[in-house]
Amino acid sequence: MEAQLHVLKTEALEKIAASENVKELNGVRVAYLGKKGPITDLLKGMGKLPAEERPKMGALVNVVREEVTASLEERMALLEEQAINEKLQSETIDVTLPGRPVQTGNAHPLTRVVEEIEDLFISMGYEIAEGPEVEKDYYNFEALNLPKGHPARDMQDSFYITEDILLRTHTSPVQARTMEAKGGEPIKIICPGKVYRRDNDDATHSHQFTQIEGLVIGEDIRMSDLKGTLSVFAKKMFGDEREIRLRPSFFPFTEPSVEMDISCFKCGGSGCNVCKKTGWLEILGAGMVHPNVLEMAGYDSKRLTGFAFGMGPERIAMLKYGVEDIRHFYTNDVRFLSQFQRTEV
Amino acid sequence: MLVSIKWLQEYVDTQGLAPADLGEKITRSGIEVDAVIDRSHGMTNVVVGYVKECVKHPEADKLSICQVDVGGETDQIICGAPNIAAGQKVIVARPGATLPGDIKIKKAKLRGEESNGMICSLQELGIESKLVPKAYAEGIYVLPEEAETGSDVITNFDLDDTVLELGLTPNRADAMSMIGVAYEVGAILSEDVKLPEISYTEAADSASSLLTLNIDAPDANPLYVAKVVRNVEVKESPMWLQQRLMAAGVRPHNNIVDVTNYVLMEYGQPLHAFDYDSLKTGNITVRHAKEGEMITTLDNAERKLSAHNLVITNGEEPVALAGVMGGANSEVSASTTTIVIESAYFASGSIRQTSKDHNLRSDASSRYEKGVDPNRVIPAAERAASLIAELSGGEVLSGSVMFDALDKEEKIVTVSPDFINARLGMKISFEEMMRILKRLKFNTEAINGQLVISVPTRRQDIQIEEDVVEEIARLHGYDEIPATLPEMETTPGGLTPYQHKRRIVRNYLEGAGLLQAITYSLTSSKSAQQFALAKTEMTRLLMPMSEERSTLRQSLLPHLLESVSFNTARRSDSVALYETGAVFLKTDGELLDEEEHLAVAMTGLWLDNAWQGEKKSVDFFVLKGIVEGLAAKLGVALEFERGQMDGLHPGRTAYIIKDGNRIGVIGQLHPSEQAARNLKDTIVLEMNLAVLLNAEPEALLYTPVPRYPSMSRDVALVLSKIVEAGSIENTIRNAGGKLLKQVRVFDLYEGDNMEEGKKSVAFSLTYFDPEKTLTDEEVTRVHEKVLSALKDAGAELRS
Repeated sequence: MEAQLHVLKTEALEKIAASENVKELNGVRVAYLGKKGPITDLLKGMGKLPAEERPKMGALVNVVREEVTASLEERMALLEEQAINEKLQSETIDVTLPGRPVQTGNAHPLTRVVEEIEDLFISMGYEIAEGPEVEKDYYNFEALNLPKGHPARDMQDSFYITEDILLRTHTSPVQARTMEAKGGEPIKIICPGKVYRRDNDDATHSHQFTQIEGLVIGEDIRMSDLKGTLSVFAKKMFGDEREIRLRPSFFPFTEPSVEMDISCFKCGGSGCNVCKKTGWLEILGAGMVHPNVLEMAGYDSKRLTGFAFGMGPERIAMLKYGVEDIRHFYTNDVRFLSQFQRTEV
Repeated sequence: MLVSIKWLQEYVDTQGLAPADLGEKITRSGIEVDAVIDRSHGMTNVVVGYVKECVKHPEADKLSICQVDVGGETDQIICGAPNIAAGQKVIVARPGATLPGDIKIKKAKLRGEESNGMICSLQELGIESKLVPKAYAEGIYVLPEEAETGSDVITNFDLDDTVLELGLTPNRADAMSMIGVAYEVGAILSEDVKLPEISYTEAADSASSLLTLNIDAPDANPLYVAKVVRNVEVKESPMWLQQRLMAAGVRPHNNIVDVTNYVLMEYGQPLHAFDYDSLKTGNITVRHAKEGEMITTLDNAERKLSAHNLVITNGEEPVALAGVMGGANSEVSASTTTIVIESAYFASGSIRQTSKDHNLRSDASSRYEKGVDPNRVIPAAERAASLIAELSGGEVLSGSVMFDALDKEEKIVTVSPDFINARLGMKISFEEMMRILKRLKFNTEAINGQLVISVPTRRQDIQIEEDVVEEIARLHGYDEIPATLPEMETTPGGLTPYQHKRRIVRNYLEGAGLLQAITYSLTSSKSAQQFALAKTEMTRLLMPMSEERSTLRQSLLPHLLESVSFNTARRSDSVALYETGAVFLKTDGELLDEEEHLAVAMTGLWLDNAWQGEKKSVDFFVLKGIVEGLAAKLGVALEFERGQMDGLHPGRTAYIIKDGNRIGVIGQLHPSEQAARNLKDTIVLEMNLAVLLNAEPEALLYTPVPRYPSMSRDVALVLSKIVEAGSIENTIRNAGGKLLKQVRVFDLYEGDNMEEGKKSVAFSLTYFDPEKTLTDEEVTRVHEKVLSALKDAGAELRS
């Protein structure tokens, strides 16, 4: 019986070693260790042995069973690992193939510029004011110190609908309306929007374009406040190293009036093709609100003063992104628009 | 305004500043210098030549062979100009010279004949054709006889000059003259201004012995001065005068006209010279034109006048359009012997109106429109008389014929130094302010600590205290202004809910894969109302620039579709654009109703993941899904019902309904519309966005996450094809009661195995009770109700 057991063990171990896969090995397990297997049979046959041999034989059978079991488990682990490896191998993909595209759109570059400016001033406590694009001559001109027949009206040839109604030529009427509505109270607003002028569309002119203006009215607002505010704007919008320079200018609705240049963000001021070798870029017009404008809106210009500024998002976008033709903003070529996907933050 | 620096130096010392530096100082002080133009263009080796001999070239009809004395030596030069002749003094570019346009002059042979340089026209020296005197427009320029042979042309004829081109804002009419610019430069550099000396000998006869004057429109013409000069010889002006005019952008004509233009440029005061004999009547009457009266102006245009046009007449018929242009019937010509010089003050409104009526702008009208200096009208007339006497040999009759009812008082502006400093946020001393006002030549008195300023009449733009603030600030230097921030009550700032939601809408749409477009508000009357949700009367411009941009849009889609076509024509086959913007609707009010709309247009592939076999074209449901997602984002309930619109596919169009109102339309373009626009299948949306943005969503309160399981039951129904899934869904919901939480279509089959006219729609129903776990029996009880309701509705249960 001992010899029989030995043969059995050798045979089992050989078969375990010869198993090529989990299934085969499970077959071996059932064949040798199962309820109907030879080892079980041997244990069952122990009853026939004399009583004194039983413990010895029992121990012997157990040893063989443990040996076979251990070998089987070892082999099983190996085969399982092999199987996993094969599975992994077969599941390998080409990671360089493109991912499933996520459909993404993006904002128009002008919206991008306008929102950036809006957010900057919102953080300084400004509100956003809007108004009609079809305006009364009164708000577009007269309330802004541009009475009928004023020579400065020539600066902005307008699209009239009737003698008194026109497409607004700037967003300043929103300022006039806000002042009128605020009834003499302090104001801090930004007015973005579409404006229209009688221009033939070409690389630098567009009959429709965008403006964004700001207005602050309060007690003792000074020209130095205007300069400080514009300086914050220039640095946030175009970089901390930007310097600003004010030049005297003329707008009927401000006095004094200024134009603001910033040091060129491309060359830093040494002169390049962006700034036409001057080192400076003209960015916006501004000034102290003309007392006539304040008075017309019902403000006491002796007590309350203010400043206003205005700029063209098209120009800023053209400078910032190097766009050479203003018409790109209105043809909506997807090859143009989709370039404004990524953030610059 | 073109300012010759050499000419400017007659009136003010420019301290030897380089032109570019002077330009920079002027720009920084308030008048933008747009360009600095070197009149010499770097030319050298250009000398006065004397044509000793001039014969036809034997081999070429149009060429002449000239022997030219260029100062000590005689060179042979071939010349092609028709007006070349022996005995002329001409401009010679010698070999080695460089002319504008980088033209290098070399010795050459022309048709076998040697040519040692070039005889030049003024154009070849860089002068614009329109400025070259007519006599020399087609050929070489002939210098006066006294020009010294061999001498340098550039230095002798003031071409060694630089011109500053000033970009004047409308308030600075004072700088539309050389003297005005001299005052500005004088203020910047702290220099005095030297005015021209006027002196001439008067004849014994008086001007009034020849001329009478009537002013019938004193409001429009409060000051009129006429000087009479007789025995004038009309001829070419001397070189210095011609050169100055050309530098200022004025074409020389003859000594009389040139002087009037010269004084116009010098004083900013428009002048006009009449041929006295052509006036015929010895009278000048200024009046408003008679309706329909005619005049032929100097540009040979015949003009029909109306009653608000001011005219100069000879007492009978118009001889000039006052302040705008002279008349052809009284023009100074070569045979003129006696002239009348007119210097007048015309009210700006009258001139602007006339200029606009006749679409005629001149150097004179542009100055009158902005207002001339009342105190220069008379001096300018005297200056012109003295120059004409000097240059034409004429004699000035004594006195003037004059009407004068013009207020020439200086305006007094009183301002306190504290006011100025408070406005600027600076601390400029009183003394510094006085110094600046002195530089400006503003007579200022200090009275009780206030600055009492007599503003010279040349500076009509200085009216109020704030104007003085600007003068002080700009001459003190804007760089000196400190940078501060407003000191006022802190306000939170921010977007209104409407503005905030507009950004949410944009971000959502962009996240959903759409690119934002911006199109024009002006369109043609043909497309203004296409796809409009509510058509109103059209709003047209009074004077459109083109029919394409004549009318305000009532919908966004036409232009958005143009943008889509623009892209597909450039091989971008898949395009998905959205736009938000106003449409313009007529109302009873004064202004228009500007309704903010959202439009979407999409064509081509929506999903393109070809290598994984996923490709999906846009269709109605892609866009509907985007709209549904948007409604969910904004917390508004939208419904869709079958709709109709011109230009849209009749079977693939839905109205969007909110609270029972149609607020939008979604659909596929009609095949013929697609064909007309060269588009493939295109899905569009036009919706009233304002309604969505104005909707106030309910407060967001969480509902407890379910603690009990839900149960699903699927039903497959066979329906008539015309029955809409939406109505079946309503039937299910109504029957399902409050335990029915969700109804979802999960299958639609209209294929071959279906009976004619039928389709199969499968719904998945989810039942759920937040209070307990539902039993099978409970669900079955409700579900049976649903099934029976479906049967009643004509739906057949599919096994």
